[in-house]
Amino acid sequence: MRTDRYETVLGLDSYKGPMAKVLKLVGYTIMTLVFAGPLIALLVGSLSHVVDPTKFSLIPQGGFTLKNFIEAEERHVYDYLFNSFVVVGLGLLLQMLVSVFAAYSLARKRFIGATIIMLLILSTMMLPEEVIAIPLSVVLADLPPFHLNLIGTYAGMILPVGAWGFSILVMTEFMREVPIELEEAARIDGASELRVFFLIILPLCRPALGVIGVFGFTMIWDQYLLPLIVATEPSQYTLPIALRGLRGDEEVGIGVLLAGATLALLPSVLAFLAFQRQFVQGLTSGAIKG
Amino acid sequence: MSSRARRRFDFVPWLFLSPALILFLYFKFIPMGQGVKMSFYEVRTYLGDRWVGLENYKTIVTDERFTSAITNTVLLAAGATIGSMAVGLLLALLVEGTARHLWLVRTAAFIPVVTTIAVAAEVWRIMYYPDAPGPVNTILGWFFIDPQPFIAHEDTSLLSLVAVQIWRGAPYDMMIFVAGLAGVDRTLYEQAAVDGASTWRRFLHVTVPALRPVFAILFTLAAIRGLRVFTEVFTMTNGGPNGSTEVIMTLIYKLGLQQGHLGVAAAGSVVLFIATVILTIIVRALYRKDARA
Repeated sequence: MRTDRYETVLGLDSYKGPMAKVLKLVGYTIMTLVFAGPLIALLVGSLSHVVDPTKFSLIPQGGFTLKNFIEAEERHVYDYLFNSFVVVGLGLLLQMLVSVFAAYSLARKRFIGATIIMLLILSTMMLPEEVIAIPLSVVLADLPPFHLNLIGTYAGMILPVGAWGFSILVMTEFMREVPIELEEAARIDGASELRVFFLIILPLCRPALGVIGVFGFTMIWDQYLLPLIVATEPSQYTLPIALRGLRGDEEVGIGVLLAGATLALLPSVLAFLAFQRQFVQGLTSGAIKG
Repeated sequence: MSSRARRRFDFVPWLFLSPALILFLYFKFIPMGQGVKMSFYEVRTYLGDRWVGLENYKTIVTDERFTSAITNTVLLAAGATIGSMAVGLLLALLVEGTARHLWLVRTAAFIPVVTTIAVAAEVWRIMYYPDAPGPVNTILGWFFIDPQPFIAHEDTSLLSLVAVQIWRGAPYDMMIFVAGLAGVDRTLYEQAAVDGASTWRRFLHVTVPALRPVFAILFTLAAIRGLRVFTEVFTMTNGGPNGSTEVIMTLIYKLGLQQGHLGVAAAGSVVLFIATVILTIIVRALYRKDARA
C-alpha cells in the first residue's frame, strides 16, 4: 500500500490511525455543513414552524408541518412555479432542438462559411447576457421587421434562451465522433436527410443530449434579468423573481418565503443529482476548453 | 448532370443552422448593435432620439455613482475570484481521490453551484440576520465574536457579498481543480519524495505548475462572472446600504429600466463588454506566452 502516499498531493488516504480518522470525519462534516448546511436548513425550515430568521436552523422548530406550502397557495407561489415550468419546459425543448440541428450542420456537413459561423457562435459566448439586457428590452418591445411586442409574454422569456452557444458546441463535438459509415449506409438505402438525422445520428448522441439537457435546464431555471425585464405584472413572474415579493412582514413571517425558495431550489438540485456524471463531464470539458 | 448538381448551392446545412442563426441575430446581434447605437444617443420615448456623441460615455467616467459602482464591482470581482480559487484549491486538495466518501463530500459541497442565485440570496439574507440571534451571528457567538451587521451596514456589506460569492464559487473551482489534479503524473510525486522533497515543496514544484492552465481558465471565467454580477447584488442588497454595494449592472438596471436613461445605461453596457473582452484577451495572451515558454 506504499503507493497510497502518492496517489494524491496530500496523501490523506495513507493516514489510517484512529486520530486521523476522527480528524478527517470532523473536517469533512464541517465542509459539508458550510456548503450544504444553509440549504438543508432551508428545506427543514420550509417544513416546520419557522416564523423569523432567528429560528432558521438545521433542527426543526416545533415539529413538521405543511402549513407553509398550504399558505404559499394564497400568495400565488404555485402560479409562479407554473410560469417557471412553462418557460423551462418550452425553452429547453427549443434550445435542445436548435442545438442539435445546428450541430448536425457544423459537425457533419462541409460548406462555405462554416468557419465564420463557428466564430459567430463563439462570439455570442463572449457576450454576457447582462451586457445586452438593456438594448434587448428595447428590441423585445418592437421586434423588427414586424413590430412585434414580446414584452409581457412567455415568448419573450423563451425565445432569447433558444440558441445557446455552449449547447451547440458540446453537441457539435460529440456529433463529430459518430462514424461516417453508418450515415453512408443509410443514404445508400435511400434515407432522406431528416431520416438520417433523427434515426441514425440523434440516437447515437444520447449521452451528449444528457449534458446539454441538464446544463440547459439549470441555465434557463436560473434566468433572472430576462424574466425581470419581460414581465410587466406579478402574474407573469417566474418563481425566482417572485421570491423577493414573498419576504415576510411581521404578520406572515418567513414561512411562505422558505416554501417558495424550496420549490425554486429542488428542480435544479434534483436535475444535478440525477445527471451528476453528465454535469461534471460538461463542466470540466467546457472549462478546460475555455 | 452530375457536375451541375455538384456546383449547385447546397442549402441543407443552412436549413439546419437557420433556427440558431435567426435566434442569435434577433436576441444577440441586433441588441448588441442597438446597444452600441443607443450609447451615442439620448433616448427619448416620444420625442425621438437625440445624438449626443460621447456625452453618455463622459457621464460614466465622471459621474460619482458610476465611478463608485466600478470600484465596488472590481473589489467584489477580485475578492470573489481570488477567494473562490484559494478556497476551491484547498477543498480540492482535501477531497481529491477516488474513495466513495470523498465523492459524497464533493457532491454535497457542490450543491451551492447549482442553487438558483435568487434562492441562495434569500437564504443568505436570512443567515445574515444582523442581530445577535441571527444564524451566522449565533455561530460567531460560539467563538466569542461580537454580532456583525453584515449586509445591513455599509462597512461590512461588500465583504458579506464576497463571502456569498465564494460560497457559490469555491465548489465550482474545486470540481475543476479535482479534474486537473487527476491529470498530474503520479510518478512525479513519487520521484519528488525520493529526492527528499516535503509535501509542501512537492505541491509547489509539481502540482502548481501542472495546474497552471486550470488557474488561467478559472481566473478568466470568474473575473468575467464577477464583472457582470447582477442577480446576487440585486436580490441581496440592491446596491445598499447607502450605495456601498452598488455594482455596474445594478446601476445600469436602475438608470435604464427604472429611470429611463437608456442611452447612459447602454453606454455602461458597452464599457462593461469592452472590459470583458480586454480581460479575456489579456489572460489568453498571458496563457499562450506561458504555454510557449
